[in-house]
Amino acid sequence: MFITDAIVENKTELENQIFLLKLYSPEISRNIKPGQFINIRASENNFPLLRRPFSVCDVEGDYFFVMFKIYGEGTLYISRKQNGEKINVLGPLGNGFNLNDNSKTALLVAGGMGSAPFSFLTKIFSDKKEIHTFIGGRSSHDVIQYGLKNIYISTDDGSLGFKGNVIELLKNKINNFDKSELKIFACGPTPMLKALKEFALNEKIECEVSTECGMACGFGICQGCPIQSANDENKFLLVCKDGPVFNVKDIII
Amino acid sequence: MKNLSVKIGDLVFRNPILLASGTVGYGNEISEFTDLNKIGGIVTKSLSLKPRKGNPPPRVVETASGMLNAIGLANVGVEEFAKNKIPYLKKYDTHLICNIAASSVEEYVECTKILTGEEKISAFEINVSCPNVKDGGLEFGNNLSAVAKITESVKAVTNKPIIIKLSPNVAKISEFAKVVKDSGGDAVSAINTLVGTAFNIRTRKPKLFNVRGGLSGPAIKPVALAKVLEIRSKVDIPIIGIGGITSWQDVIEFMIVGATAVQLGTINFINPKASELMIKELEQFLIEENFNNISELIGSYII
Repeated sequence: MFITDAIVENKTELENQIFLLKLYSPEISRNIKPGQFINIRASENNFPLLRRPFSVCDVEGDYFFVMFKIYGEGTLYISRKQNGEKINVLGPLGNGFNLNDNSKTALLVAGGMGSAPFSFLTKIFSDKKEIHTFIGGRSSHDVIQYGLKNIYISTDDGSLGFKGNVIELLKNKINNFDKSELKIFACGPTPMLKALKEFALNEKIECEVSTECGMACGFGICQGCPIQSANDENKFLLVCKDGPVFNVKDIII
Repeated sequence: MKNLSVKIGDLVFRNPILLASGTVGYGNEISEFTDLNKIGGIVTKSLSLKPRKGNPPPRVVETASGMLNAIGLANVGVEEFAKNKIPYLKKYDTHLICNIAASSVEEYVECTKILTGEEKISAFEINVSCPNVKDGGLEFGNNLSAVAKITESVKAVTNKPIIIKLSPNVAKISEFAKVVKDSGGDAVSAINTLVGTAFNIRTRKPKLFNVRGGLSGPAIKPVALAKVLEIRSKVDIPIIGIGGITSWQDVIEFMIVGATAVQLGTINFINPKASELMIKELEQFLIEENFNNISELIGSYII
């Protein structure tokens, strides 16, 4: 774990209020794995006070990328950063996706900004396995395809791709794949992950999900981000330290 | 070389900077960032007799220059702590203060009895002011006779110093500090968090599962300073100042109004190196202001 000043190399507005930041930091870029996250200080002052957690979107050499939508004060402040400005970053944090599994095909399933960690994962998996990516959003404006491949799209309003949610789309397409060789990697809102868990367990497909929860520190000391363990009813796991990526079998969503 | 050490009873701290309960777990995570050998001490997450699972999420939410938490005293319990957490902390030459939370006088006594034999523990901090649990907690912290009874009872089963962590959610905090002193307590720490809440205006639902939580961070610093000043001016008992400290200047300010030592809390979440970084600055301040000992600052306010 490092606490370091990353330097803004470039900022792109991918869609209305959705930004991609390219940041220079050898410490973070050389050590972070897909599915891990960093905790960013939006301001040097006391407002916004707490850091904001973001999964790493991609890595290129000494640069890493963060993708986010303006959601509140923290993301608003971060979106205003200009090229050359420093951003204080704490990371890499948490456990990323399992990169050493034997599946031949990876299905990446994303809801809205849940596509953020999959550019990096796609890059790492590219020479190892076949990748298909399912993205769902409310409308075409929520579907970010940056760095992804073999993309299937769903939108709630039907403005792009299949009209409906991403799990329905996945169900429609699942028979195109050999289930014994599949593994699902997912990131998105809780209702999506809940539906996906049920689907994956029914279909007996291995599935890892990246979860999220409000947190203060990002490394285990505040105890602010519990998630119910599926293996012990008296135990909460911590999203930051035990996750954010879990095998769906290990958590109650 | 300036002297940063401070004394509470017979305990000598190498500097007045301690890390507050509930913001550093049992020390292992924060030690990746801060050298615990350089600070005055560390106060553990509140320990109860049996392990506690804590509240469901959401447990934390940010507010203006502060945060609300309702963790619900999630902890491993005293036995697991003694068995698996103390051995790690023994590696560090720093004071270990165990914070104890309970839902009855008997449970406070039982926890203290179990841990008092542990040589590594320098003192106990008794949490009579947690706002986030149904039984115990603030119920005790709001009741003078309960605070007296708890102080006397734990004092009776240990030779180690007893620090009572006071609630700011009372009309006169100095009355509680007086009761602690009269009941044999060695020091008070002030303040615990202030009860607060936050709601989502679209869903009209609370932002915390527990509805109410404890407010901490820079937002509460002026309140904490006023409470420390009130105790200092009315009761002769060592005070450990807590509440929204983020800088070395804040440490000095707390000492001027009467704190012998301080605890850093919320800042650990944002900058887990903060405590170590402040130490040099404190020394520089003593040089600039011509003090030899930082203890000269304690209660040195001019009104």
